Amino acid sequence: MEKLKKKIGSFSFWNWVIASIIFRLILIYFPKNLNLSSRPEVSTPLTSFRRLAEGYWLKQSSMSSYAGSMYHGSPLLLSLLGPLTVKRIEGQPNHLLYSLVSVIADVVSAMLIRATGQNLRLAYLRSLESLDLVKQIDVSEFLFSGDIAALIYLCNPFTIVACVGLSTSPIENMAVILCLYGACSRLIPLAAFGWVIATHLSLYPAILIIPVIFLLGCGPDSPPRKLFLQRHQQKEVLNQSKLPPGFSWGPIIHFAFWAFLWSVYVLVLCGISLKQFGGLWEMFKSTYGFILTVEDLSPNIGVLWYFFAEVFEFFRNFFLIVFHVNILFMILPLAIRLRHRPCYLAFVYVAICSMLKSYPSVGDSALYLGLLGWFVNELADMQFSLFLFCGYVGVSLLSPVMHNLWIWRGTGNANFYFTTAMVYACLQIVLVVEGISAVLNHDRKLRILITGKPQDAKS
Amino acid sequence: MVLLQRPHILLLLIGTHQFLQCWIAFGSVNEEGQKQEEFSEELLLKPLPDHKLLAHFHFQSSGPPSTSNGCHHHLFPKAISQLVQKFRIKEMELSFTKGRWNYESWGGFDPLSSSNAKPPGVELWAVFDVPQHHIDASWKNLTHTLSGLFCASINFLESTATYSTPEWSFPPASGNVRYGTLPCEAVCTENLTPWLKLLPCRDKAGIALLLDRPSLYRGFYHSQQLHLTSTGSSSEGIDSGIILEQTLTVVLQPNSEMAIEVHASEKHIQPSWSLSSIFGKQVSGRCVLAKPSSVYLLLDRGLSAANGLTSENFWSNPSFELSANPDRIFLEESSSHSKSLSILYMFQVEKYCESEPFDIGLMWKVPVAWLCQQTPLHASRFLMGSGNERAAIAISLKSTQFTEGFMSANSKDGSCELRVDVFQVVPWYVKVYFHSLRVFVDQQPRAVSDIIEKIHVSPSKDKMSPGVMEVVLKLPCRVNTAALTIEFDKGFLRIDEYLPDANQGFDIPSAIISFPNFHASMVFLEDDSLNKSPLLSKFQEKCPVMSYTEVLLVPLTTPDFSMPYNVITITCTVFALYFGSLLNVLQRRVAEEERFLKAKAAKKTGRLPLLLSKLSAKLRGRRLEPLHSPPSSSSFINSKLVLKVILVAGLAVGWQYFFS
Repeated sequence: MEKLKKKIGSFSFWNWVIASIIFRLILIYFPKNLNLSSRPEVSTPLTSFRRLAEGYWLKQSSMSSYAGSMYHGSPLLLSLLGPLTVKRIEGQPNHLLYSLVSVIADVVSAMLIRATGQNLRLAYLRSLESLDLVKQIDVSEFLFSGDIAALIYLCNPFTIVACVGLSTSPIENMAVILCLYGACSRLIPLAAFGWVIATHLSLYPAILIIPVIFLLGCGPDSPPRKLFLQRHQQKEVLNQSKLPPGFSWGPIIHFAFWAFLWSVYVLVLCGISLKQFGGLWEMFKSTYGFILTVEDLSPNIGVLWYFFAEVFEFFRNFFLIVFHVNILFMILPLAIRLRHRPCYLAFVYVAICSMLKSYPSVGDSALYLGLLGWFVNELADMQFSLFLFCGYVGVSLLSPVMHNLWIWRGTGNANFYFTTAMVYACLQIVLVVEGISAVLNHDRKLRILITGKPQDAKS
Repeated sequence: MVLLQRPHILLLLIGTHQFLQCWIAFGSVNEEGQKQEEFSEELLLKPLPDHKLLAHFHFQSSGPPSTSNGCHHHLFPKAISQLVQKFRIKEMELSFTKGRWNYESWGGFDPLSSSNAKPPGVELWAVFDVPQHHIDASWKNLTHTLSGLFCASINFLESTATYSTPEWSFPPASGNVRYGTLPCEAVCTENLTPWLKLLPCRDKAGIALLLDRPSLYRGFYHSQQLHLTSTGSSSEGIDSGIILEQTLTVVLQPNSEMAIEVHASEKHIQPSWSLSSIFGKQVSGRCVLAKPSSVYLLLDRGLSAANGLTSENFWSNPSFELSANPDRIFLEESSSHSKSLSILYMFQVEKYCESEPFDIGLMWKVPVAWLCQQTPLHASRFLMGSGNERAAIAISLKSTQFTEGFMSANSKDGSCELRVDVFQVVPWYVKVYFHSLRVFVDQQPRAVSDIIEKIHVSPSKDKMSPGVMEVVLKLPCRVNTAALTIEFDKGFLRIDEYLPDANQGFDIPSAIISFPNFHASMVFLEDDSLNKSPLLSKFQEKCPVMSYTEVLLVPLTTPDFSMPYNVITITCTVFALYFGSLLNVLQRRVAEEERFLKAKAAKKTGRLPLLLSKLSAKLRGRRLEPLHSPPSSSSFINSKLVLKVILVAGLAVGWQYFFS
């Protein structure tokens, strides 16, 4: 029975994958990419395809690609993807090669998500087994979270739009997923590579180092370690082999070494490509500096652009610090509370970053929505899920309408569009908060199953 | 050339010692001894094809080198000489313009239009004689000084986002040049008054008497310029002082009543005019300080051809009548590519006095129609696209009748090319994508590398520097139309960066289209008296043919100006919601369970232990220890608690000590 189910599941999985790829290819063949590449939701100053092409043009005309304030991406991306912005095949859409690269990046990300999800599921089942909870929880009802996450990632309209809209976020997302995959399957050089590249491309994934350390130190998500100890205390038998491994520093040092190696490598490559144009300092100033100082005030789905357009110059620096510190302040409490679930911690960090980052795009949302699929079993009784779903649908329908009213027709004003951005931010806040509380409840449920009473709230 | 110049100089030296043109007399300064300050006033009138009249006032003062004269001046304005000395200006031009020069009907190929047609608003460029790293500082000071001198907001050109450094396509460029424009500057009489103050006779005598404000500002085009040339350079040793040229070009509509009286039936007859009818004033003698002081009437090539004027019959012509007899008539030197010649009638104001004021009038007898000489290509610029997100600038070049003539003249050698330089400055909030540059020749898209010979781009930096594009186009001579398009994104500004009337839009300064293969000059038949006139000798210089395109008005999206506080408070509320609810969810259930445990424990134990445990729980911020817990661990935690209390107390004491 279970085998059959699995068979059906995997069969339809590949069907869905192929269908989503074909759907992307169909969209690519639409003229002018349906104008998606200039939508504010898709292309931010950091991920815009046109800016990439402009940077490549500047580079080709032997100027610094950071001359002017057009391009703010990485010089490596420019060297790799730049040539694809001008290469044309007769009779084919203009940016076919670039679109194909995005599609491939999406598929690879989805496969990595699937592999990681399967990994997580196995780890979860193993930990349930060692807690002897297999009887209480019906394991056969467990969904294949890897398949689900991969399908969510592939079929999410946000991902499709980001891919067809020629933004660079599929590549950035792939780097993040590569990092998590490497950490889950203990491929330390790969994890370090993913982390360094993701940080290099968009700065915010730098905080993923904390979940990666937990992943490498104590393995993938499992119920709190204390539960195992309690379980064994109850049974009065301490079976060391069934205990999850304790925190080990070996892989972390290994990771640090590799991360150092990769970052030196990346910096040397960047330094070579920017040798005659001000070097690395110029790069940091126009990539990380641009991200942190929110210089570009063009509308996007975040909340910072309008705030900094309206706030008084005198307070600008103060609020810059406050908003960035908002991300940093939550790192520690979350890390303490969710340290036994590093992958979930990574999801929360990614979600928070995509909510509070200076130039968010739907590509970032696509990433955390995809990662959310890993935790379908844990989040099974999350509250407000229908409300959130409807909210996401509503915002993604209303936001282009409001943008059109404001920018193109001139009948609405900026507040209309900003309202949808605020609603979107609120939805993300609700998602993160409810998600965290659902996972904590899930842990609590396991504890109750073991001990039979609410006790030992501190995990 | 040398042979030609020699007798020229000799003639000057022997003939008089009244006049010496500074730039001709480079070699003869020393022999001449003490140079004098000179001032000349001239007015040139030119009928335009579309029933209008162009009046071009030209005042030139030259100051001797400062070393020979100290800082005392008789005629030369002191403010200007101090300006030149302070900022070490080699060359500078400031123009205030209202209205747009109509290249199609007023011509663009003669020296008059190529040097006096200016973009609307203020245009300033300056060449400095200072080391490269001091130029920007000099420019900033210069803008502030000029702003004070001319009662204009030239000081807005101070910020680096408004001025640019043309490399090679700006014709007067020679290295250390800075160029800035203020397209939306309103030009009015408050700018004219300080300009007139630089003249020795102000507007109280001489030709400047004609500058009647209402009639000037009623015109279709009004451009007031100040051009400074200083050859004072310590390194070269040759020092001929400063030359200050002040020109005022107006295009006026003569009152056509006189014409209607004479030829009521003829609709197309040119209006007759006189100085008194267009300016409402007459010239009552010259400014006594001015030598020479003369008025010219210029009939350009097209007009003289239409009138059937040739070198034989220009004294007596049937089509019009002059109210005063010209003192001299100059004929243009015949050139290769046009048969007809311009004719210049000269009137000397010196002969007239208060009782017999000078008033020249022109009465047309028969209708004439002619065309002015046009630039090789007529340039215009427009915006494409709709909406406030992105758009495209298009510069279109259309061939004029000139090109056809040029083409037929050059068609013998098969491949002939027309070189066009385009200089375009865009403000930073117009974010140009240079990779989207497209070239269309005769409506066919062409590869950029085929047409563009050279391109120099300096992309705009947000709030730092404007975008500059300099392009050299090589067009085939038979081109009918050519167009350049380039896409841009409209920037979004902070609320305090918008101009007071934000919904009006922002101006993109004119592009400069120049034709380096062509030079506009008007060489009149050799006559020594021509050299006395700075205006005519300026005509004889080869000046590059250039034209300015229209100023573009780009509407930018505006945020809501009325509610910054709402935005700030609502955004901060969302952030507080995020922070608060997340922290809450991270520790909420703990408290709930603690209460549950407390309630459980309260049932079991008495009052005092409960109180104690409550206190300790509060201090530790931890769950209550079950009473039956092993005492060893309890004591251990207690010692920890004591340590904590001591630490907090120590901190408090330290705090007190530090702040008292």
